[in-house]
Amino acid sequence: MTTSDLDPAVPRSADPAVDADEARRARNRRIEAVARWALPLVVVILTVWGWHLFSNSTQTRGLIFPEPARVWGRFLADYPMLFGSLMVTLKITFLALGIAIIGGVLLAILFTQSRFAELVFFPYAVVLQVTPIVSIAPLIFIYVQDPLARVLICAWIVAFFPILSNTTLGLKSTDSNLRDLYAIYGATWWQTLLFLQLPSALPYFLGGLRIAGGLALIGAIVAEYVAGISGSGSGLAFRILEASYRLNYPRMFAALIMIAVVGVIIFAATSFLSWVFLRKWHESAIRRET
Amino acid sequence: MTDLSNRPILPIAQRPRLLEMTGVSKVFNSTVMALDGMNLTVNEGDFLSLLGPSGCGKSTALRLIAGLMRPTSGRIGWIGAHDRGDIGVVFQEPTLMPWATVARNVWLPFRLRGESFASVRDRVGTALELVGLENFRDAYPRELSGGMKMRVSIARAFVTNPRLILMDEPFAALDEITRQKLNDDLLALKAKIGCTVIFVTHSVFESVFLSDRIVVMAARPGRVVQELTVGAPYPRDMEFRTSPDYAAQTHVVSDALRRAMGDHSNDHL
Repeated sequence: MTTSDLDPAVPRSADPAVDADEARRARNRRIEAVARWALPLVVVILTVWGWHLFSNSTQTRGLIFPEPARVWGRFLADYPMLFGSLMVTLKITFLALGIAIIGGVLLAILFTQSRFAELVFFPYAVVLQVTPIVSIAPLIFIYVQDPLARVLICAWIVAFFPILSNTTLGLKSTDSNLRDLYAIYGATWWQTLLFLQLPSALPYFLGGLRIAGGLALIGAIVAEYVAGISGSGSGLAFRILEASYRLNYPRMFAALIMIAVVGVIIFAATSFLSWVFLRKWHESAIRRET
Repeated sequence: MTDLSNRPILPIAQRPRLLEMTGVSKVFNSTVMALDGMNLTVNEGDFLSLLGPSGCGKSTALRLIAGLMRPTSGRIGWIGAHDRGDIGVVFQEPTLMPWATVARNVWLPFRLRGESFASVRDRVGTALELVGLENFRDAYPRELSGGMKMRVSIARAFVTNPRLILMDEPFAALDEITRQKLNDDLLALKAKIGCTVIFVTHSVFESVFLSDRIVVMAARPGRVVQELTVGAPYPRDMEFRTSPDYAAQTHVVSDALRRAMGDHSNDHL
């Protein structure tokens, strides 16, 4: 009987709820859940192993290219000192990031309120951004005496532009119909900023923050390098410089890896922050079911 | 004014005037005449459609009435006192804040007046009930369908119980089935609230189904060419939509629109 094909009471396959497509998707999901963690782990292990082999490939190479175990040993031995330096670098990074956030957001608000302010100040922001920090830093070190302030200024200069430009973009990209609606309802300047413009700018700001977090760290490190061994700093970059003069290569690697790990953690933290604020409503933070 | 109906004319003439446009023109960039000498009287309780092709200035007229821009010449005046809370607006897009829940979006007109969410929770709830979304108050806009988002937008426009609702092609982007349902619901809502609606549309069928007054407009320059009255009594429902009366009235309005656009080939009708 041909009508049975259309009869919903007659199942066409053994389990009508799970067709071949659905089963394949479920299998892919299970594989991805494992691979998400397993793959990076395997790559890390292979990298360390390769590094180990390379260090031991000739008799003398290990002297200037220390094997992972020696770096690890150095790290454990120097841990109190390196940890102290880490704190110094972190303090500068986060202070600079904090000032960059406050300054960048306030300036962005100023830019969106006054076209003239933008015309006047934006070129300077661009100039600060496009001029490499290593070339500005020596001058800053001449004119600024305070050891903390000079490093802070360097880190701030590199961190503040992405916040400024992204937040400005965000504040300007509010839905024009919503702006009209606010105007019709007689919203004040302050209400429009607080209830409409700032929430609209949030995804953009968080995108800028992700970039600025990494840049603040880079700025802090660069400033320490410029300060050099004579500087009063004792951050991680200072440790690398100092260790290089002492030919203490394992410590250089240990400090370098710490910087890299801090960078990754800052990136992860700002990404997490993004997710926390946007997961309910913004496309970027919503996982698609496909 | 042309009466489209063979039924007794509704006493539109007896309605108190709500606002008046006299000789209103709007010129953009000193060159484009968006609206040329528009005269219009809106009465309390009208369902008035501004019908015309794109570029006829119907949205410009609506924005002028909303106070979003000033006329180049002429004047727009409310009869008697009014305040910001007297206007509700629905745009072509739902225009919701994606970061706020449905209830918080509907709260907006109150919020901008400085009223806390707690103090108007019941009114927000009632507005959402009227558009059938009482179970979605905590949902975010992205979780809703296009029709549901538009309902939230309508609830937000009605929540302050305004005297005048301005709607700018609100259902143009929706599918036909959703649009018919929303047309029905809009009429029910208007009857319940007893407000005035100015409805911009380019759909003859929609304007005839919804309105008791239709203002036909033409483009280049944007201007009013004809005012029509749809006499069919409210409530209007599916029966009206399939009645010969409705068909006849859409025919007359279509003709008026065609003439407005400069096509006289159907003048014999």
